[in-house]
Amino acid sequence: MNTVPWLTILLLVPAVGALVVACLPRRLGTLAKQLTLGITLAVLVLAVLATVAYDPKRAGFQFHQSYDWISTFGIHYSVGADGISLVLMLLAALLVPVVVLASWDEADGGDTADGTSAGPGGAAAAGGPGGPGGPGGPGGPGGSAALAGTGGEAVGGGGTAVLVAAPPAVPPAAVPPAATVSAQGVQARSRRSVPAFFALLLALETGMIGVFAATDVFLFYVFFEAMLIPMYFLIGSYGPVKEQAQRSYAAVKFLIYSLFGGLLMLAAVIGLYVVSAQHLDHGTFDFATLRQLDITPGVQKLLFLGFFVAFAIKAPLFPFHTWLPDAGAQAPTGGAVLLVGVLDKVGTFGLIRYCIPLFPDAADYFAPMVLGLAVVGIFYGALLAIGQRDMKRLVSYTSLAHFGFIALGIFAFTSQAGTGAVLYMVNHGLSTGLLFLVVGFLVTRRGTRDVGAYGGLAKVTPVLAGVFLIAGLSSLALPGTNSFVSEFLVLVGTFTVNKPLAIVATCGIVLAAIYVLYLYQRTMTGPVTRAENRALPDLGLREKLVVAPLVALIIGLGVYPKPIIDIIRPSVTATYADIGKSDPAPTHPVAAHPAAQPGGHS
Amino acid sequence: MNPANYLILAALLFTIGTVGVLVRRNAIVVFMSIELMLNAVNLTLVTFSRIQGTLDGQIMAFFVMVVAAAEVVIGLAIILSIFRTRRSASVDDVNLLKY
Amino acid sequence: MTDHPLHYAAASGVFSLSWLLIVLPLAGAAVLLLGGRRTDRVGHIVGTIAAASSFVLGVVLFAALLGRDGDDRALSQHLFSWIPVNGFQVDAGLLVDQLSIVFVLLITGVGTLIHIYSIGYMAHDPARRKFFAHMNLFLASMLLLVLGNNFLSLYAGWELVGLSSYLLIKFWEDRPAAATAANKAFYMNRVGDVGLALAIMFMFATVGSTGFADVFGAAAGGVIGYGTVTAIALLLLLGACGKSGQFPLQAWLPDAMEGPTPISALIHAATMVTAGVYLIVRAAPIFNETQAARTVVVIIGAITILLGCVIGCAYDDIKKVLAYSTVSQIGYMFLAVGLGPAGYALGIMHLLAHGFFKAGLFLGAGSVIHAMDDDQDMRRYGGLWRYMPITWVTFGLGYLAIIGFPGLSGFFTKDRIIETAFDKGGTSGYLLGAIALLGAGITAFYMTRLFLMTFHGKARWSSEDPEGSQGQPVRHPHESSASMTGPMIVLAIGSTFAGGLFVLGHSLQDWLEPVAGEGVEGVHTFSPLVLTLLTLVVTIGGFAAAYLRYQLRPVESVAPADSEVTLVTVAARHDLFANTFNETVAMRPGQYLTRFLVWLDLVGVDGLVRGGAAGIGGLSGRMRRLQTGFVRSYALSMLGGAVLVVGALLLVRAG
Repeated sequence: MNTVPWLTILLLVPAVGALVVACLPRRLGTLAKQLTLGITLAVLVLAVLATVAYDPKRAGFQFHQSYDWISTFGIHYSVGADGISLVLMLLAALLVPVVVLASWDEADGGDTADGTSAGPGGAAAAGGPGGPGGPGGPGGPGGSAALAGTGGEAVGGGGTAVLVAAPPAVPPAAVPPAATVSAQGVQARSRRSVPAFFALLLALETGMIGVFAATDVFLFYVFFEAMLIPMYFLIGSYGPVKEQAQRSYAAVKFLIYSLFGGLLMLAAVIGLYVVSAQHLDHGTFDFATLRQLDITPGVQKLLFLGFFVAFAIKAPLFPFHTWLPDAGAQAPTGGAVLLVGVLDKVGTFGLIRYCIPLFPDAADYFAPMVLGLAVVGIFYGALLAIGQRDMKRLVSYTSLAHFGFIALGIFAFTSQAGTGAVLYMVNHGLSTGLLFLVVGFLVTRRGTRDVGAYGGLAKVTPVLAGVFLIAGLSSLALPGTNSFVSEFLVLVGTFTVNKPLAIVATCGIVLAAIYVLYLYQRTMTGPVTRAENRALPDLGLREKLVVAPLVALIIGLGVYPKPIIDIIRPSVTATYADIGKSDPAPTHPVAAHPAAQPGGHS
Repeated sequence: MNPANYLILAALLFTIGTVGVLVRRNAIVVFMSIELMLNAVNLTLVTFSRIQGTLDGQIMAFFVMVVAAAEVVIGLAIILSIFRTRRSASVDDVNLLKY
Repeated sequence: MTDHPLHYAAASGVFSLSWLLIVLPLAGAAVLLLGGRRTDRVGHIVGTIAAASSFVLGVVLFAALLGRDGDDRALSQHLFSWIPVNGFQVDAGLLVDQLSIVFVLLITGVGTLIHIYSIGYMAHDPARRKFFAHMNLFLASMLLLVLGNNFLSLYAGWELVGLSSYLLIKFWEDRPAAATAANKAFYMNRVGDVGLALAIMFMFATVGSTGFADVFGAAAGGVIGYGTVTAIALLLLLGACGKSGQFPLQAWLPDAMEGPTPISALIHAATMVTAGVYLIVRAAPIFNETQAARTVVVIIGAITILLGCVIGCAYDDIKKVLAYSTVSQIGYMFLAVGLGPAGYALGIMHLLAHGFFKAGLFLGAGSVIHAMDDDQDMRRYGGLWRYMPITWVTFGLGYLAIIGFPGLSGFFTKDRIIETAFDKGGTSGYLLGAIALLGAGITAFYMTRLFLMTFHGKARWSSEDPEGSQGQPVRHPHESSASMTGPMIVLAIGSTFAGGLFVLGHSLQDWLEPVAGEGVEGVHTFSPLVLTLLTLVVTIGGFAAAYLRYQLRPVESVAPADSEVTLVTVAARHDLFANTFNETVAMRPGQYLTRFLVWLDLVGVDGLVRGGAAGIGGLSGRMRRLQTGFVRSYALSMLGGAVLVVGALLLVRAG
């Protein structure tokens, strides 16, 4: 056994960090940022070390730890990692520092700092005390401080509430009632607490790592629901400053959708406990024990549906997706990256980790339905993405198409498709994460998500356009980028068992090209039609630092994905072998193709 | 004497109290009806205590009395303050807390 | 289970360096793209050196290959394991053999020339570095395409050349037309790519491998069912049609002329668009097994020949004419390779010759366009031979080569294709031969038209000041700089002698024999001499028609209106309504579907959700009304509740 409790450390570091950062006073925003960056980088290093320590050749969970938690009900604090969860934890650990860096100037509402359209009315609205998100939201104390400052910055109390990050550019007495642009920016910023934002990010990271690490179904459920809370506040309190109604709508929609699914899952979790109590002399939530149970098919179907709906909402699969575009559009960029990049993966992760091994008969029974939904999702998401004008909604819809591919791969029940699907989860986190980041950069610069407000930016901001294109190409699964490997694996794996479906799904790649390049065409090519766009700054050093690791990974994993595949493959193969599924042999195999040996062709 | 008779008496008192609460408008009368119900319950408790030969019921009766006393204090205070603002002791006049 | 006959030796010695072929231009692209503005001044030099060094390495490899035994010239190099998932093992590996080395030489050779040409052509473009970076990226991708030793590597190159093509078509991306053309090219290529991807999946499902050796071994062994083989071949063909601009996916190629002219020469004439031909020849063992698929290839080739020729006659834009000429010439290649073992080598031969003369023609056109201040309309050219003699001569040689002037490249390669088409025998043979022959005539017509309208006749422009120009555009044509004329001269020499060189002693056919199979000398329908004469007559006919119309009669400087020309011309001017067809069948319905789905998602799917929410909200509103504020009604409901509970308890007791 490993002596180092990697997973517990991975959970504790961000959790403690979240507490510490949350306790920082509002004026120490910069310290909060630096502290958070340090903590998340430490988590990344730990996750990488854990990956190095992980032995892909050994079956079952590694770094396994189990302690009694609520012993009456057989609930344990029990964590462990297999190849599938490990890569996803790694993804989460990678994306969070990237997001922290990307949100450096955004957390305090910087996206309206240019104040292009906000008049005095906008300033008043920004100064309003309305707590944006809900109880305990960071809007509370700041609201009054901002109110004090509304009449003019001269009032000392308002001045001191201004963040450290905000430049004290405006001489206090000189601000006329119709506040100048920069004063508006300051006011808009001052009501958002920076430490709270980063504390929420850290709490979210804890939840994300926990949900992947849990090997106790109840613990999984707890983390599954706990993740919602920071995300709810991220959307509700840190979304676009000017769209308060829409962002609370989006936050509530996200929360209710997820809770609805979560409750169905809770019912299924309890059902599982009851079933286990019937089979064994005591009930248990332990995943390893539960998967050994032989549940009757009828019960399996019910429990499967409970889990499936929760995961289908989380992923999301068609037709449970309508919360995603709203949440994606209203979340702050960093939140959107984590939402689509990692949080949604919990859904697809749940499908392959819980739905299939726990309920093999039901998975078999429902597979055609899931495959159908997946393929519908591929086309539906792609077509809707083509039709969007809001860039963040567009990216959200592309994710719907990608989740279709992932679900297709999981329920094709071949090791190629399954490995491809898990790899797709990682790749999608990278490529869509990057896409969201770049779109976020654009929105920060111009303050609008409308595609029509852009055009011809390739000339103005060539580096940004280039990164945008790379993210897009990865999204359309161009060979040489990471997504190609996973998408092709999914398709080829599906093809060996279900040709018609694979053929239809493959046609989806044409649509992928259309939504990506059409977006690129509308934003980056053509003449610069709007005066505001002529002087947009290109990516700064911080932004380059944000995108560089993602770009490097997108290309690196496209050329040499073997290390990741080698971690994922054994776990996926074991999962399918466990439920008695094996890859179909080729119909006319060539002479003794040595499968595991590289260079099989002579 | 048959202890069942006490129970019947208690049931009667309780019913009278219930009807009083439901049909009377005057807050004071409603209040007295509630007291009636409480004491009906006390009677039942004591009776059962007697039947069982244990003291539990009597202890519970004391609890009820204490609670009833406290309730009377608060309730009368509320009624008094309502009467001061509304010039009326009718419970139907106090319907601000709705919807 | 067969022990397949195909065997690739492991690469060693100089061949173990073959990966450098790809990496050199790739490194060039990486340096230029990552280096940013710092590398602006040296961009063109770095790019050209990267291309040239790759060419030198190609020549070295070719020489080394020449030094080996005839049947030991296929060397496979395993680089690393790319996608290993249980039964699905894909390696990154390269295959240097007779076929790929020929392509390597073509790609790097013509590529280097065009790099040199671009130094001059793009001299004044502020984004020249980016241009060279993208060109290098293209070279790397194209080399990956031809060098991959399995279908997935080929597919990777296949899509990456699509990307480079996209990037270079939209190089002047502030022009909306260029951006649209680039997108169109990518979309239509993607349609073809779906075919190729599915073909690869079929191969894996059937054979359990995507390696050339395994797949071809199984195909040649005849173990794969006829249906499967045909399906694979047709899917490959779909991919080939997309990439090579063949019917029905030809519409993107003419639009791609929005890119800078060197790109049109390199990507959309000499190399990338011929990848389809490469694919079919590479997959010869598969196509050999299926007569049905070969027939489809031939039909597509024949249709495309005519389509390209006819439309080529109607356009006045010099690059569009050349583009349609490319379409039709690739049609010839498809026709050739569709004829099976007899034609594979001929297809490649024509491809190589075409690479020379079409690249030369495009570079010449670029030189002319440059001289005419970026005007591409031939109706405003005329009489240029006097002003740009080198361009005139080199372009003229290319022109003679394409129409099949005796002794020049096209004469050897195209005539052989026509001959082989007739030799196919039967009605279909006559039909195909006739189409190919007709195509040759029309080719002579439109190329002569182009040549005369550009270089001869009366100038339809003026070098005078605006007052003296009498409404004609003012131009100051001049010969291009040495960096541009140099490559043109080299390519003109190539166009002149390449064909003869290939035919001489069957050199190319023998060289390709291990890959393309033995060209069976079938029974000649006509004797070669008769056919050559026949072709010459048809060609002269086409030439004469054009000469009468465009040399002896003056050319209008404005194209006649649609009402004044024949219906065929009108149709040809509209690309035989290919775009209209695509728009009506694919684009418009797609747009409507998209709009409908957006509406459906908002009103239908999300409507359900929001409706549910509103329903619950409404219900709550109703329920709220129960809270009347009357204490006594609360008391009554409490009583009711208590009675219910007691009743239920009693019921349970009783039951």
